[in-house]
Amino acid sequence: MKLLTGNRVRTGDVVWWAGDRWSTRLAEAVGLEPAEGERLLAEQAAHEQVNDLALVDAEPRPGGGWRPVHIRERIRAYGPTVRPDLAREGENWR
Amino acid sequence: MYRPDEIDRAIVDARVAEFRDQVARRLSGELDEDHFKPLRLKNGLYLQLHAYMLRVAIPYGVLSAEQLRMLADVARRYDRGYGHFTTRQNIQFNWVKLEEAPDLLADLARVGLHAIQTSGNCVRNITSDPYAGAAADEVVDPRPWAELLRQWSTLHPEFSYLPRKFKIAITGAPVDRAAIRFHDIGLELRRLEGRLGLKVYVGGGMGRTPMLGACIRDFLPAEEFLSYCEAILRVYNRHGRRDNIHKARIKILVQALGAEQFAAEVEREHAHLKGQGIDAPWGEVERIAAHFTDPPFTLGLPDDFRVDALDPGLERWVARQVMRHRVPGYRIVNVSLKPPGGIPGDASAEQMEAIAELADAYSFGEVRVTHAQNLVLPHVRAIDIPAVYRALMQVGLAEANLDLASDIICCPGLDYCTLANARSIPVAQALADRLRPIEAELGELKIKVSGCINACGHHHAGHIGILGVDRKGTENYQLLLGGSGAEDASLAQILGPGFTAEGVVEAVARVVDVYRRERAAGERFLDTYRRLGPAPFREAVYG
Ligand code: HEM
Ligand code: SF4
Repeated sequence: MKLLTGNRVRTGDVVWWAGDRWSTRLAEAVGLEPAEGERLLAEQAAHEQVNDLALVDAEPRPGGGWRPVHIRERIRAYGPTVRPDLAREGENWR
Repeated sequence: MYRPDEIDRAIVDARVAEFRDQVARRLSGELDEDHFKPLRLKNGLYLQLHAYMLRVAIPYGVLSAEQLRMLADVARRYDRGYGHFTTRQNIQFNWVKLEEAPDLLADLARVGLHAIQTSGNCVRNITSDPYAGAAADEVVDPRPWAELLRQWSTLHPEFSYLPRKFKIAITGAPVDRAAIRFHDIGLELRRLEGRLGLKVYVGGGMGRTPMLGACIRDFLPAEEFLSYCEAILRVYNRHGRRDNIHKARIKILVQALGAEQFAAEVEREHAHLKGQGIDAPWGEVERIAAHFTDPPFTLGLPDDFRVDALDPGLERWVARQVMRHRVPGYRIVNVSLKPPGGIPGDASAEQMEAIAELADAYSFGEVRVTHAQNLVLPHVRAIDIPAVYRALMQVGLAEANLDLASDIICCPGLDYCTLANARSIPVAQALADRLRPIEAELGELKIKVSGCINACGHHHAGHIGILGVDRKGTENYQLLLGGSGAEDASLAQILGPGFTAEGVVEAVARVVDVYRRERAAGERFLDTYRRLGPAPFREAVYG
């Protein structure tokens, strides 16, 4: 599946498409079929509220939620792996 | 120290106001990202993995205590309580919000700091010797010349749209503490038969095509140095490869033309520019130099201090971190930003404030940033050394590891950077932990880690360099040996196939073992490597 993600223009925060809105929590992201993802990406790009929009590959985690395939996206969801004190609660970069 | 004058202040204030307006228009939707991005980059604001990152210029690495306190304040108010000092003597904040960036910049402007020309294809922050004005081996104080370069290159209309970024470093000592041969222009001030001049290197750099700068002038009279730099930039501006971003740096042009022909082009341009009033009149040079006269040193102070025999920690720290000063009775103190478990170059707001306090109390309110991502108190009385040590202990900054294995230069890598292929900080931490127990015995060993080919972590200039690459979607690391960013500059060479993160730490441990086995008396790691070549190291790692 694909996840739609980017960084909020106003704050720079990492956000995930949560079905009807953007969420800073990966746990709230919705999985998208590629065609639907492309459509949403184009739609959101036109809104100009989120920068660096991208569709990224993800697999379901056994306990629920998504695990992005590439470590880069897992780090985006979690925060710098070297600063667990700043990590987003409940996220896991591994 | 240089104090910003009305012109500097007017430039910075005007820029803050302009950027405030641009941000407001972006947030209201009047400007889209395609139009806004180049504007924010002109103000040092990048979008990174987790947030916006702001790069603040620290001209030639010189900070006042007041400025450092403001950086601490900014870290606390607009960031998450810390900042990252970089290899180009700048500082980066990692968690900036666009909506707060104008206020942040306005606060910085109150102490003369800004982010102008910290990004984009212009002349970037001028870097220099962090010991300038203090080093016992200094021939000429580079700061007035660095300041002249700063004024000349600030908003220079002809050089605001160069083919690519442009980095200048200048030093005035035979020991190179500014990596001048890895810069687009590297300058060494010198004296010849009583005259002041500069040795000029051009076309050095890291990145995907690392190169050492070539000397194109052995002795350029100091009076002509701005017109000569202008000639170099003109030749570059005219002939640089704008068609290919990977070939756009001046190093590629110098390589394509050959250093001799490039030099001939520069000489021709210079002959034309020389008489046109580009060079600063000598009175102006003297006016600027007057900003850099000595602080009120006390003469005749005892040139020594009693190291308490009961405190081996202090003794070790003095031997490693404290350098001779050109004024008897004073010392240069290096403050390590590489504590065990720390992130190379990161400092918390509390640490910045503590160092600002120390600078006020013991170093005439001055602090320097080094290209190795450490800080310096440049003018400390010898008799105050034990007190400075104790104060640094209290904030966890009394590590005695200057130029040792755990004093690693490291870029932010995949923990922060959008361009990264692999994380660099955890590898640096694992290497430091592995080698710390034996680092004193190993002596000088410069390890440098980058998270991608852009080489912000100077891996090409590492005695041991590590480069993060992407191998089918996973982090992988190449090992390079034999580089140097100092006066004996050389490019490190790749040893062989890459490793996992654990694998590269193990490989470095083996490389170090070869050195311990093979070293001759007095040899550093780099000397042994140069004498033996890569073969025994390759054998130990891959054999
Ligand atoms: C995190 C945001 C950063 C970005 C997007 C970035 C981007 C780049 C790029 C694209 C290059 C290659 C330039 C070229 O070869 O044409 C480069 C080079 C370089 N960067 Fe960075 N960098 C970042 C952070 C840093 C940091 C934190 C440091 C210091 C620790 C640094 C210091 C350097 C140096 C020394 C070089 C190589 C010198 C040169 O040839 O220009 N950069 N950077
Ligand atoms: S070397 Fe690469 S990963 Fe490291 S900071 Fe530079 S661009 Fe980012």
